Formats: sequence, structure tokens, C-alpha cells
Amino acid sequence: MRILETEHLTREFGGVIAVNDVDFHVEKGLVTGLIGPNGAGKTTLFNQITGMDRPTSGRIVFDGVDITGLPAWKISRMGIARTFQNIRLYKDLTVVENVMMGLHFKVGSDPFRHRFSQAIRSYVFASRENREVYAKAMDWLSFFEIDEHAQDFAGSLPYGKQRELEIARALAADPKLLFLDEPAAGMNPAETAHLMTVVDKIRKLGVTVVLIEHDMKLVMNICDSITVLNFGMKIAEGTPNEIKHDKGVIEAYLGREEEED
Amino acid sequence: MLNFFQLILIYAGIYAIMAIGQNCITGYTGMLSLCHAGFFCIGSYATAIMCKTFGLSFWLSLPVAAIATGLIGLLIGIPTLRLKGDYLCIATLGLGEIIRNIATNLNPVGYNSIPRASLFGYQFASRNKVAFIILIWAFVLIFYVLFQQLAHSRLGRAMIAVREDEVAAQSNGINVTKYKISSFVLGAAVGGIAGCLQTAYTLTVQPGSYTFMVSVMVLCTVVLGGMGNAKAVILGAFIIQLISYLPQLTGLTNVIPAQAKQIIYGLLLVVMMLCRPQGILGRDRFRYGDPRTRREKLHDFFIRPAGKAREARHENP
Repeated sequence: MRILETEHLTREFGGVIAVNDVDFHVEKGLVTGLIGPNGAGKTTLFNQITGMDRPTSGRIVFDGVDITGLPAWKISRMGIARTFQNIRLYKDLTVVENVMMGLHFKVGSDPFRHRFSQAIRSYVFASRENREVYAKAMDWLSFFEIDEHAQDFAGSLPYGKQRELEIARALAADPKLLFLDEPAAGMNPAETAHLMTVVDKIRKLGVTVVLIEHDMKLVMNICDSITVLNFGMKIAEGTPNEIKHDKGVIEAYLGREEEED
Repeated sequence: MLNFFQLILIYAGIYAIMAIGQNCITGYTGMLSLCHAGFFCIGSYATAIMCKTFGLSFWLSLPVAAIATGLIGLLIGIPTLRLKGDYLCIATLGLGEIIRNIATNLNPVGYNSIPRASLFGYQFASRNKVAFIILIWAFVLIFYVLFQQLAHSRLGRAMIAVREDEVAAQSNGINVTKYKISSFVLGAAVGGIAGCLQTAYTLTVQPGSYTFMVSVMVLCTVVLGGMGNAKAVILGAFIIQLISYLPQLTGLTNVIPAQAKQIIYGLLLVVMMLCRPQGILGRDRFRYGDPRTRREKLHDFFIRPAGKAREARHENP
């Protein structure tokens, strides 16, 4: 079953076409990789789907609902969470507070109650709500084994842990679909290996994962399906094995290694 | 001398209330706004008009002032809060001046002999400063408690998220625009109440007393004390008022010109930015998940230092 589908998605920046008529789809429960050379439009595609950017034309359908052009906060409430290429943590807040922010609309926000009365309740019963939010945040931290850093500042964590914290914050909102934008960028091999186990854990939670990544070993190992972009266009999609042997992909992307040989 | 000290307490209280409002806007949500003098002005004028023209009592005109200021804050906020940083600062600066000019044109001499406020038959006369100190500091306490509660609730956390990183806040499902506008309106309403209290004290309003300098002073108060920290902001209000009345306090009115305080504010801000940019007390840190119960916290606060008590509890559970 397809959880996410884009139809003829296009984004133009002046004369540059960053994403050109892309039909991208994600199967429920699988890990989908999105690869392509630098500037291929991967992050732009992510930004459009998560509402950080508006498509010039085309449609995005998530879980049967058209979400094209909705504001980012609404889309994240519908169940799409994401992390960023350059980590965006609340650096001056503690680790546990970061995850508590991820729980913003999970605790104390009841969709069946009027927004204003919700806000009053959240204000008056803040300490009770805080205890609940804190307990849930701590659960997520122990899931990622970073609970011993709970009271440290997020900015003071080592790089690999900051990545994990960002994923924890995104997952705290209980999303159906999680976008990871270059999660292994700047990580050493040990951290990358750990990241693979983390993605595996997330998959076991039943969350569908889409990741942009340049580390081919990681992509080929953990992805069930891969989509390749080049110059804003989709040039291939399929299983890791199919992608490895796809002529177009080798030419556009992996081919460079052969030239060096 | 005692008289001056009482006057400083009164004005420190009024500025503390304004600064709590400014702190909500600048400290929690991170918007650099410079029109608190405008909100102060609207609050004062609303009270003056309500009390004098419509004959309302002070206690009824207080919520009217707060609502009127909040509404104007909303009207100003919807278009300007799309701007960021310095641009927002310039836009709000202009709006503060517009409000003052409207006030000047409305009534160039202002309002005089506004009826006194009274509570349970007691009339608040300007001569009796102690009564005003109690009244104003009671309001400071109320707003301190209300805004501390806000800062440590889901709503306050969302505002802090907006301050820290707007894009990340959106990805966490936080409606950035809504929280920016709410915090602006709340801050404005509190500024209006400060204006209302000032009118009750002076019993006159003049457009000349709501200049740009007032906005700068309020912002200075917040920066000096510590952004996002209500306690620090109250401390900042004291310091700013002490500096403001320095010539009178030291008895050097003939030597120190009145404008000297502006130089001192400027100097103070430069020194603060160089030595302690986070303000005297810095940001408020709330420890979520403190294992102590409320009773233990109170006990630790009043009877023994926090760290020791917790250690003692861990040793003999």
C-alpha cells in the first residue's frame, strides 16, 4: 500500500528547475532511500512534502489526503516527521526539553476539544501535563539510549548523539512517516553502524522511513527500495540490487568511480 | 530621601510589569519589539477616558485597558509579525510613534484630575505612596506568577521553541504564527495594565510621557536582567529606575544633567553585551523531572540548600 505519492511534482526557482515532474512514492512499512548526486533536488523534494516549501505544480497525497500546499505544522500534525540535513536542535535547551517539544501536539492537545479551552487547560494544569510529557520524553530517550544525557544541553552532545536526539524528537510525535535528511553525514564508521541499528529499530516500530543518504553502503544495506534523482528528474527506482545494475544510475552517479579506475 | 526611594519603588514596579510583558514578547518568543511605550500609552489613555469621560471605576477600567491594548496589539501584530529581527524592530518602533502621535492629536494637553482609585472605601491618594507601593507590587507579584506558569507550560514551551528555531518548531507541529501573535497580544495587554496603574498614581496623562525612550528603557530592563527570566526582569527594573533617579538620589541635580541617564543606559548595555550578554541572572532554567515533591522543594528552598537535601534523601531512602 502506498502511504505517500507525489504526482508530477515540480519546483522552479526562477529559471532553475530543482524538481522536475517527479512521481515519487513510498510503500507503507518499508525503508525507502532517495539518492542522487549533489544538487539533484532531493532536499527540495523533502521540503515540499513536509510543507517547508511549496511546489510550483503537482500534487502530494499522503495516506489518501491531498496535502499539497498545507503549512508545515499541519503536515507534521498529520503524521509526517522529519530531521534536517544540518541538525536543527534547540541547542540552548536540555536534551529532554528537546524531546518534549516533539511531543507538543501529542500531550495536552485533544483534537475533539476547542483549541482555546485546550490552551486554558494546558495552562492551568501545566504541572500535571509536564509530568506526563516528561515521562514520555524520557521513554523516548531510553529507547535511543541517551537518557543519561537528559539534563545536558542539546548543543553539548557529541555529533552522533545530536543526530539521534533529532530522530528521537521527530519520533516523539508518533509519526506514520519519518523523513531523514542525510542522517549519516559527518558520522564516523562506528556511528554510522549504530545509525543502521537505530533505523532498524524505527522500522520495527512500524514507522515508514524515507532517507536521503550519500553513504552507499548504508543505503544498499538498509533500504528496501531506492529512488534515484538526477538534475531534478527521477531516473530510476527499484530494489537496491536493481539500482546497483541500472545503467542510467551508473552513468549519472556511480559511474564516476569506474572512470577513476 | 525616603520619598525618592518610595518613588523609585513605585516606578520600578510599573516598569517591572511592562518588562514582564516585554519579556513575554522578546524573552520567550524572541521577537525584538520596540513599541511598549505605545501599549503603555494606550493603557493610560483607556483608563483616563474610561474613568473621566464614562465615569467608570478604576477596577472596571483596568480590564478595559488590558483588552483595548491587547486588541490593538493584535491589529499591529498580524501584519508586522511576518517580519523578523531588525525589520520587526523598525516596524514596531514606527508603530509606537504612530500611537503617540494619535494620542497627541486626540488631546494635546492630555487628561487631568482623573478620579482616584478606591478599594473597599479606601482612596488611593498620590500622597500616600506606601499604599501605591503595595498596590503596584501586588500586581507585579500576580503577573510574575502568571507568566512563570506560562513559561513552564506547553504554551510557553512552544513560544520558546519559536525563539530557538522557527523551522524546527514547525516540524514539531507548532503553529509559529499563532504563538507569535498570542505572545505579542499578551505582552501588549500587560503593558496596557502598567499604563493603567501609572494613571491611577499620577492621575494625569500627557502624550509627552510616552516617548521612544520608554520603549528603550523597557527593552534595556529585559536585556539587563536576563531575557526569558521573569525574576531577572524585575531586578532589571530596579536597576534601571535607580539609574534614572541617580541625580536626585545623590543630590547632584545641579551637576548631573537629566540626559546623563541615557548615556549611562547606553554604556551599561555595551558593557553587558561585552561581559555578560545573557543578562545579570541569565535565562531561567526549569528542571523538568526534578525527583523532589512540591513539599520537599519548599523545604529545600526555605530550610536547606537543594543539593544537600537530595543527597541526604538518596543516602537513606
